Amino acid sequence: MTTNVKVSIKNLYKIFGPEPQAALAHAKNGVDKPSLLEEHGHVLGLKDINIDMQDGEITVIMGLSGSGKSTLIRHFNRLIEPTDGQILIDGKDVMQLSDEELRKMRQADMSMVFQKFALLPHKTVLENAGLALRVRGFQADDADTEARKWLDRVSLSGFEEHYPHQLSGGMQQRVGIARALTSNSAVMLMDEAFSALDPLIRNDMQDLLLELQKELHKTIIFISHDLDEALKLADHLVILKDGEVVQQGEPQEILLNPSDPYIEDFVSDINRARVLRVRSVMQPLSDTITPTAGAVDYNDTLEDVISHSDGDTTKIYQVIRNGEAVGTICMKDLVRALVPRAPSTEGIRNQINAA
Amino acid sequence: MAFYDSLFDSLGLRDWCGADDKGGPMTMAELLARSKGTTVTEETSAWNLPFPSLDNLHAACEAVPRTRDMTSGVEQFFLDIKSGLQFVLDPLTQPLSWLLDGSIWLFIAMPWWLLIGLTLVAVQWITRSKGSTLLVAITWLFLAFIDHYDYAVQTMAIIFVCTGLSVLIGVPIGIAMSKNDRLQKAIIPILDMLQTLPSFVYLIPLIFLFSVTESKLYGIAIILYAIVPVIRLTDLGIRLVDQDIIEAANAFGMTARQKLLSVELPLALPNIMAGVNQTIMMSLAMVVIASLVSAPGLGVLVLRGINNLELGVGLVSGFCIVILAILLDRVSKATLARVDVSQDS
Repeated sequence: MTTNVKVSIKNLYKIFGPEPQAALAHAKNGVDKPSLLEEHGHVLGLKDINIDMQDGEITVIMGLSGSGKSTLIRHFNRLIEPTDGQILIDGKDVMQLSDEELRKMRQADMSMVFQKFALLPHKTVLENAGLALRVRGFQADDADTEARKWLDRVSLSGFEEHYPHQLSGGMQQRVGIARALTSNSAVMLMDEAFSALDPLIRNDMQDLLLELQKELHKTIIFISHDLDEALKLADHLVILKDGEVVQQGEPQEILLNPSDPYIEDFVSDINRARVLRVRSVMQPLSDTITPTAGAVDYNDTLEDVISHSDGDTTKIYQVIRNGEAVGTICMKDLVRALVPRAPSTEGIRNQINAA
Repeated sequence: MAFYDSLFDSLGLRDWCGADDKGGPMTMAELLARSKGTTVTEETSAWNLPFPSLDNLHAACEAVPRTRDMTSGVEQFFLDIKSGLQFVLDPLTQPLSWLLDGSIWLFIAMPWWLLIGLTLVAVQWITRSKGSTLLVAITWLFLAFIDHYDYAVQTMAIIFVCTGLSVLIGVPIGIAMSKNDRLQKAIIPILDMLQTLPSFVYLIPLIFLFSVTESKLYGIAIILYAIVPVIRLTDLGIRLVDQDIIEAANAFGMTARQKLLSVELPLALPNIMAGVNQTIMMSLAMVVIASLVSAPGLGVLVLRGINNLELGVGLVSGFCIVILAILLDRVSKATLARVDVSQDS
């Protein structure tokens, strides 16, 4: 895994209202969202966002509606202009680009997949998939060849001459993904890309994305309001609340050590056995614990281990990574890890119940 | 003594009003009164208090202009700017005359079987609908059979040219309006005025400006009247394009030109076509009225029917206009339907 920062956001602020610059000074002085709205008539969209996105990783930005996640993703390609802050791609500040350079960047360096697909209804699937190349001025033949390749990759061969409205939602989003892949950009922005699909199709699409990612190593920035989806896809998880980052890091880490009652609430509903992996729960190798049962892989989920153990909580497994023993895992620890810390009394849910 | 004399006296404006001599033209009431050897006397009770209109105030004070001075002022203003306007507009609109005369000549000069044949091929190609083509064939053969062919062809030639020009001028205006809110705010009242102004009123200033024998006179009147829907619906159509799709176009780095040609106009096409349909129907309505200013075609027959009380001539030509209208409407709607189908279900 590389550690190059591909996309980086520094001190990003977005304020909506008639005089955002004036309100920015208040926001920087620590005025919070409700009082900024009440006293100054401005909406604090995003507050002091700092995120580093590693090359070749999937960064999932998750939050509930109104948390500013869709606003945030539109800052990467400047569909929305920030009020203050820097957006660096390969170390270059996107804010300094001229209109022409910005267009070039959107054409070649960044592609986007939309929640509502946003395909051109009057163009065929093939023309839609080749859109990015056609916009760049490629010959229709070249664009079509490339588009065909990616349509095939998302299992849509044979649908090239159909129009989008003739396809199901899942298939339309496959076209959306093919369109983004055809542009051959290193960065892919996915704005709630799977939220409009039904659960089974959504699952398929997540698998498809992970499979593609294994091969392509794009830098993907994925927006979601669904924690299951976020945990499944994320290499790096950023949790957004009211325009602020409340916690970011490795998903397993966030799940086991939520830093905020808000996140604890969030994670308490999760099927932890399916999300947590052996590596997060295991003990390092030591002489005091001796494995009593077989071996499990470092990256297995706890669910795998439970099915392996037939529910016997006395077993202790050896943990193997690339053929080497790296630690042990006791079933007792495992079971304990399945129980979330109690949702805090300040959490949203209790507030809602109280009300 | 007029009713408002005391008002001007009490305000001390008598000097400004000038002497009480009755210069200018007399009103009909004054004339009648003089011929009877009496003078006009007003009742001055509160019950028949006259409205302080220009004419009534004038009776009390010479310096206040009469309403007829106002209308003649408007007329004078128009006459004053007439030569300037003519100098600019005449050469500018001359091509319209040529276009109208040329296309009427061309349509008439073509043998009937060629013109009807070409029309049918064109309709089939545009609408891809056998029903529309059949309707056009029946209509034309009927019109030719009752010897209204030449008149109908002239009407069609005028509509053809005027609708074409309306689209050519209207669509760019609509696009500009959709891109610029301030322009939209400025143009909408003009469009409202064009749409509500009684159609005869269009003709009055045009008659002053251009000679009645010139075809551009009715050409301009028809275009002014018929251009409104295509402008409105182009503007509306582009504004209604799904914002998600516009966002996608931006996200893939389209230039404004690419966006307009490959996203906005194609997606606005159903609306624009609806506007074209309205424009065609409105130019047909206007072409009949324009026969008052020497526009040839079926309108001439209608006018003859009214002028000479030739009931049959008027009614039959009126009926011919109705079937032309049905034909134009069906053909343009069939085109619209075809455009719609290739977009979404």
